[in-house]
Amino acid sequence: MIIPLEHFLIFAAVLFVIGLCGTLVRRNIVGILMSIELMLNAVNINLVAFSRSTSLDPVTGQIFAIFVVALAAAAVAVGLAIVIALYRVRKTICADEISLLKW
Amino acid sequence: MQNHLLSWIVFTPLIGALAVVLTPKPETGRIKWIALAAAALTGVFTLAAFLRFDKALSGFQLVEKTLWIPPLNVHYFLGTDGISLPMIVLTALVSILACIASFGIKEREKEYYALFLLLETGMLGTFLALDLLVFYVFWEVVLIPMYFLIGIWGGARKEYAALKFFLYTLAGSLFMLIGILALYFKSMPHTFDLTQINPAAFTLKFQKALFFTFFLGFAVKVPIWPFHTWLPDAHVEAPTPISVILAGVLLKMGTYGFLRFSYPLAPDAAAKFAPFMAVLALIGIIYGGFVALAQKDFKKMVAYSSVSHMGFVILGLAALNSAGFSGAMLQMFNHGIITSGLFLLVGVLYDRAHTRDMTAFGGLAAQLPLYSGILIFFSMASLGLPGLAGFISEFLVLIGGFEYNRLAAGLASIGIFLAAAYLLLMVRRVLFGPANLKWQGLAEINRRELVTLVPLMILIVLFGIFPQLILDYMTPTLDSLLTHMEGIFA
Amino acid sequence: MKFDCLVWLIPALPLAAFAVNIFFGKTTGEKAGWIAVAASLLSCVIGLALCAQVWGGKVFAASMPWFDAGESAMRFGYLIDPLAATLLFVVLVVGTLIQIYSVGYMHGDARYPRFFAYISLFMTAMLTLVISDNYLLFFIAWEIMGLCSYLLIGYWFEKNSAADASLKAFLTTRIGDVGFFLGILTLFHITGTLGFSDMLRVLDPQTNSAIFQHPLLPVAALLIFCGTIGKSAQFPLHVWLPDAMEGPTSVSALIHAATMVAAGVYLLARSFTVFMYFPTVLLIVTVIGTLTALMAAFIALTQTDIKRVLAYSTISQLGFMVAAIGLGSPAAAIFHLMTHAFFKALLFLGAGSVIHGTGTQDLRELGGLFGKMKSTAMTFLIGSLAIAGVPPLAGFWSKDEILLGAFMESRWIYLALSTAAFMTAFYMFRLVFLTFFGKPRNTHIHAHESPAVMTLPLWALAAGSLLIGLPGSVWMHHTFQSFLHLGHHAESAAAGMVMNVSIAVGLAGILLAFLFYVLAPAIPAFLGRILKPFYLLSQNKLYFDELYSAIAVRPFNQLADSVLFWFDKNVVDGLVNFAGIFTGFVSAMVRRLQTGLVQNYLLILFAGVLCLLYFEGR
Repeated sequence: MIIPLEHFLIFAAVLFVIGLCGTLVRRNIVGILMSIELMLNAVNINLVAFSRSTSLDPVTGQIFAIFVVALAAAAVAVGLAIVIALYRVRKTICADEISLLKW
Repeated sequence: MQNHLLSWIVFTPLIGALAVVLTPKPETGRIKWIALAAAALTGVFTLAAFLRFDKALSGFQLVEKTLWIPPLNVHYFLGTDGISLPMIVLTALVSILACIASFGIKEREKEYYALFLLLETGMLGTFLALDLLVFYVFWEVVLIPMYFLIGIWGGARKEYAALKFFLYTLAGSLFMLIGILALYFKSMPHTFDLTQINPAAFTLKFQKALFFTFFLGFAVKVPIWPFHTWLPDAHVEAPTPISVILAGVLLKMGTYGFLRFSYPLAPDAAAKFAPFMAVLALIGIIYGGFVALAQKDFKKMVAYSSVSHMGFVILGLAALNSAGFSGAMLQMFNHGIITSGLFLLVGVLYDRAHTRDMTAFGGLAAQLPLYSGILIFFSMASLGLPGLAGFISEFLVLIGGFEYNRLAAGLASIGIFLAAAYLLLMVRRVLFGPANLKWQGLAEINRRELVTLVPLMILIVLFGIFPQLILDYMTPTLDSLLTHMEGIFA
Repeated sequence: MKFDCLVWLIPALPLAAFAVNIFFGKTTGEKAGWIAVAASLLSCVIGLALCAQVWGGKVFAASMPWFDAGESAMRFGYLIDPLAATLLFVVLVVGTLIQIYSVGYMHGDARYPRFFAYISLFMTAMLTLVISDNYLLFFIAWEIMGLCSYLLIGYWFEKNSAADASLKAFLTTRIGDVGFFLGILTLFHITGTLGFSDMLRVLDPQTNSAIFQHPLLPVAALLIFCGTIGKSAQFPLHVWLPDAMEGPTSVSALIHAATMVAAGVYLLARSFTVFMYFPTVLLIVTVIGTLTALMAAFIALTQTDIKRVLAYSTISQLGFMVAAIGLGSPAAAIFHLMTHAFFKALLFLGAGSVIHGTGTQDLRELGGLFGKMKSTAMTFLIGSLAIAGVPPLAGFWSKDEILLGAFMESRWIYLALSTAAFMTAFYMFRLVFLTFFGKPRNTHIHAHESPAVMTLPLWALAAGSLLIGLPGSVWMHHTFQSFLHLGHHAESAAAGMVMNVSIAVGLAGILLAFLFYVLAPAIPAFLGRILKPFYLLSQNKLYFDELYSAIAVRPFNQLADSVLFWFDKNVVDGLVNFAGIFTGFVSAMVRRLQTGLVQNYLLILFAGVLCLLYFEGR
């Protein structure tokens, strides 16, 4: 049985919105980072799904997905490092309390 | 045949600036001599250009032209004629004198002299560039060192003054940039080359818009009333040599811009705007004189007198006739040497007394006879005493102004009276009257300061008696400019 | 033409003396005076030789191109015609004598070389002015004289009064000079030339009558007259000259009596072609001159400072000359200029000698000096007789010429000028009697006669005051007037009558002074009490200083200080600063958007993406 493309897209969209909501409403920076991962993975699902159904060369999308995974891993590594550094200085990882970067 | 004399003139100070920057720390004492050598070498090159210049010709001479940015058709294009030659001579001279006057500066010498020389490159480039984009680049290059020179080595409110100077001039020149771009897109083929643009193809409406954008750029620099308020602030806060450069050279960049760009590129608009310019010039002359009269601060008084005197230049330009143009050019040069001298003298007094409040002095003539004699000499030159340089230029401007409009000449002569009033009131307050015991220890003017002043005095007397020496260089170019403008009117 | 190259030496020699004394003042020291005198004497020799040639009928003229003024070229040259030769003679002779006198008078002054440097520069300027052949060179010399006058009035600048007087003198004359300058521009605009000889050619009613229709020509004449009003201290710009007495007395004699102030009259005589065809302009000139003569004589009646009396007397006599020009007889004006230069220089130098000998210049402290200062007293008396108009001294002949001219033009002017002449005789002899006769009023003053270097010039000038009028007198058939070539000398049947009246007027003035100050010294005090308003008016110089301070000086300063400077600080600069403040204000609003919370930015980002998608999808 071939799952239709729409199902993938709806699933990815739902996943993306969950991630978006998480990013916007979470206070915990680690939570925000996790939510960003969700959004990235939603994109990955889209890439793989499209590569199977529409692309001429199915490998292209999968390569992109792997790139995204790799970069996301790197970004999270940096992000978590920042979070740890921040925690050491400010004793908090609540996003609302870190608003120094303004005028 | 190309020679690179003008490039040497423009870039020798820059090379000097590099040499200053690369001077190792233990050699700091030599920096001022390196800077002076660079300025003097520029002076030598300028002298060479002056000697090679054929004063009978009206076109551009000693031209250098190379394609610089091919996709935009920008040329590295330098050349000089009767309008720019006196200006580069003035710049080279005033720079040498200001450099000598800078010897008293002791803090952060390396940065100071590097910026100073960069400033000289900018000024010389502005006067020699014939490609609009290159001109604009040099024009802006002047701003940056000036900002730091006022902002770091200045007086009590230096940050305010530097910022005001920078933003005000920049705002004006951005309008000018719009004008330059408009010219570029209007010309066919697109070019920034001054000699390739044919104004006869422009409609009056375009010319007016063009003239207006350039006007805003140049008016701030001159400064034409009511764009003058940065000037007193900048002068008061700037260190003495920088005030000298500012009054001696920078102000002339504006009026030079009118003669070099606005008038040849938008002659019809120039004729249309002439009454407007004349009115602003008259307001500047009278208003500047009155406000100068109200000053207690010596330097501010001289700054406002510049507003008044530069008004004469604008009046001569607005007259749009031969006498007016010669007078305006001559006044640019004369104001440069006279006001530089006055600022140097203010500096001499300030270095010793640490105040510029004229009412705090009195009776210095008995104690400092030499200084007083020189100050009276420069005051007389500035108030237009016949026999000294300032008179001839004011006379020519007024002849031109009289041909243009009698009332204008009549009103401008109020400015002549006011100049006598504020300058002699200064002499009265500072030099005459009973000796003020507070200044008993003041030392007489020293040899180094004399070196900066005596060349100016010689020039003032020389051009006061033999104005033709310098007029010979200007007249062919100015006459051909007038013919060119009239050709387009027709 | 061997004289032509020598002409420029006349002003050049004093210029060289100026250069030596100003640059090497420390070295020249005591010799400074003699350097100046030597230069002046040499000029004098050359100049007098030239004058002799001109008297013989020659005219020296030459000019060369100077600089381009637009389409036309300015020229630089000299013109020595009878008019210039007369002035040359006066300036050289009187100037040299005064410099010799100054060697003694200024002896021991701290800035001795500088004094002679200024005097030499003044001589240069005055001589250049006299020999110049065009208005531009004339104006240049005119202004440099103004500078010298300024420097010499403020010579003792430590005194506030001297410093103020120098400022007042320069600024007041500058008002007139600006008018003169505009007049030159106007004239240049109309005629296209600034040369005196060319002007004569252009302004010729026979060949070029159209030019007289030019509406600006009378205006040009009036503007040129402004120069005279300023320099020759005519009403309403006369206020600077009395204050100018703050300078050393020899300066007052040279600059503020004999030469510079008379340059205004010379200017009118030079420009007479511009004036002569406009009766209204001539009338204005006459009225100003007469008014000045009368007013200054009235003020001189009650002054107590010996130099101030002489200053007002100078103003009054200059008024006579200006009136003479207005009455159409420039020859009489120049004649009076010449005689006045001699006797007024003599009087000032005599006053200087009195000040030198007694240390005061207040009439209320002087008296009885005749015995102690014989030479000074004798020469001063000769000068006073000359100015009072006693024949056959110089002043009589020249003043009589002017009165005759007035008599033929208008009885009112004649009456006014005769009144002024009467007052002249009176105040001069008031001065003489109060200074030299009676008993010393201040017994602490031990007067002594001045050295020979001062008294010899006095005697020389006295001889001049005696004799210089003769060439213009009836006895010599008005030779001088015909030599000047300034219009024909009018013969009139009334000449004898006018002459008798003016002798009577002069003698009456002297006798009245004798009555008041020698016979019955109580009378002046009594008159002062019963005519108190007039007495106060005269003593307070008609309140001109107070009036000008109220209507001109103070409003002028207030306009500068409280109106325009305020406007500049608050409105013009206020707008600039407002632009800055406004930008800051807007940015303060806008930057609220930057909360520092990354989630906010993200929300806005997504909202933006949604909007983009929405509009893209349509």
